Amino acid sequence: MFIFFASQVLPGDVGRRILGPFADQASVDQLNEQLGTDRPLIVQYLDWLGSFVTGDFGTSVATRQPVSDIIWTSLQASLKLAILAFIIVVPLGIVGGVYAAMKEGSAADRLISVGGLSATAVPEFVWATILILVFALGLGLLPATAQPPDGAGVFTQIKYLLLPALTFVFVLFGYIARMARAGTIEALDADYTRTAVIKGLPWRTVIRRHVLRNSLLPTIAVVATQIGYLIGGLIVVELIFNYQGIGQALARALTQKDFPVLQSTVLLIGIIYLVATLIADILYAVLNPRVRLGAEE
Amino acid sequence: MSSPVGAPDPLAVTPPVVAAPGDERRMAQRERFRLLLRSKTFIAGAIIVGFWVFCAIFGAAIVPHDPLRSNPLNDLAAPSGESWFGTDRLGRDVFSRVIVGARGIMIVAPTATVLATVVGTALGLVTGYFRGPVDDILSRIIEAVLALPVIIIATLTVVSLGPSNLTMIIVIGLVFAPIIARTVRAAVLSERELEYVAAARLRNEGNGYILFREILPNVSGPIMVEFTVRLGYAIFTVATLSFLGLGIQPPAPDWGLQIFEHYGVISGGFWWPVLFPALAIASLVVGVNLVADAVTQAFER
Repeated sequence: MFIFFASQVLPGDVGRRILGPFADQASVDQLNEQLGTDRPLIVQYLDWLGSFVTGDFGTSVATRQPVSDIIWTSLQASLKLAILAFIIVVPLGIVGGVYAAMKEGSAADRLISVGGLSATAVPEFVWATILILVFALGLGLLPATAQPPDGAGVFTQIKYLLLPALTFVFVLFGYIARMARAGTIEALDADYTRTAVIKGLPWRTVIRRHVLRNSLLPTIAVVATQIGYLIGGLIVVELIFNYQGIGQALARALTQKDFPVLQSTVLLIGIIYLVATLIADILYAVLNPRVRLGAEE
Repeated sequence: MSSPVGAPDPLAVTPPVVAAPGDERRMAQRERFRLLLRSKTFIAGAIIVGFWVFCAIFGAAIVPHDPLRSNPLNDLAAPSGESWFGTDRLGRDVFSRVIVGARGIMIVAPTATVLATVVGTALGLVTGYFRGPVDDILSRIIEAVLALPVIIIATLTVVSLGPSNLTMIIVIGLVFAPIIARTVRAAVLSERELEYVAAARLRNEGNGYILFREILPNVSGPIMVEFTVRLGYAIFTVATLSFLGLGIQPPAPDWGLQIFEHYGVISGGFWWPVLFPALAIASLVVGVNLVADAVTQAFER
């Protein structure tokens, strides 16, 4: 799988790509030798993989900075944005979904279900531009860029990050609300809920102890799978809001053909994605005793 | 012994092998389309999508201005009676560009989705039916592709191959194919254990015949659902790639490209070259998703 990533990211002649089509062959060869990109692909790959595992990501071809510096600062920045987005959207999505499920078939339910689904379908850059138009340009409430001034306090940082985070909220709300709604409806229909009601438990207790506990399972799984999706969205959102995160780093590495940065970033994203999926599975098992024994499906 | 009409899911109901299963299937199919036409979500979505299909086909003939003609003396003019949505930074008419802009995306996204569906269905049929080493190898490759966010794979490939409509079709087609393959494989896995497949094998039918004439029609429901859902994602991806400058190339009046070219001037108060293409994309994806939602409900329950 790693070979797959590496060969994806390594098309053609690196020296030629950096120096452009008009450089003479001698200097291209020289640069290739300097970078070690004239060696057989498999040697380069093993060499690179070896240093990746030990935490040495190499040096950026474009800026001559160590790749790890670039990646860690931008990863931290992106993490801030992602955490803020999740803090807003997860409770909102769950409350929305559970509310829609309790009022199944009502106008509010239709609004949350169809509206959420539609909002999800709209690309991030469209939401971002609409949000900038309304909140930054129209109402003048929030800044149109996400990069806070150096040394800004927590609240100023949040103020700057609010619009990009809201972009993700619009895109992710539909997914989460949909899962929470489906889970809650299923739990409301289940025998154990009926038993709990017949037993005479107060409705609130039934909801909290029996319905929610079961309905939030698939929701947690879907939240974790959305992390990979979120990283894809980060490229676009960070570009629009001019925010120096991992997406922006990736985009810049792409346009500058900065392969060391590109490889490490992509591999790191792949790893984050896999870890997120793994955590989702583990959480699912912890919360649901039925799948704890590792039965398939 | 016949499966009840109204619950026509071949996966859940497992139609028993009795006389004329084809007729039964056709009836179930007709029932689904009746359900679809009665769904408000479907009608609303179809009207929106239909409008943009109309624009894609006839847009160039009906717009008031040439979408490519620039007029530097009249750049970034506010919306007026002359140009309803204003003009962009090269003085081109935004309204005409939005209408004609439907064409590029309406060619690339559906073509890519068809490619993805054909490749994905073939992969899903083969892996699900033969199992064994073929399945193992292909499934590992599928998992490898699925391990990265779609937009990142697409971006990397387009950058290395160079942006063009054909590249986009191939990239999106091949990136979506594994996702469709996974769904089809799951459907085939439950289908291949059914009696009609065993019967066909006893009749000494070839593998190709069993796959395409026996199993394929019975998994058409999930394939339909996948197609409409993926079409929504394809539009999403094409628009995003164009926005990143990796998709449809200038001077084509593409929506994502228009936003890309003008999001820098938003802060100057020029909202019209950005807002109208944004609303166009939003309406198209919402339309396609309404249709997809209705199709999913009609075919899956």
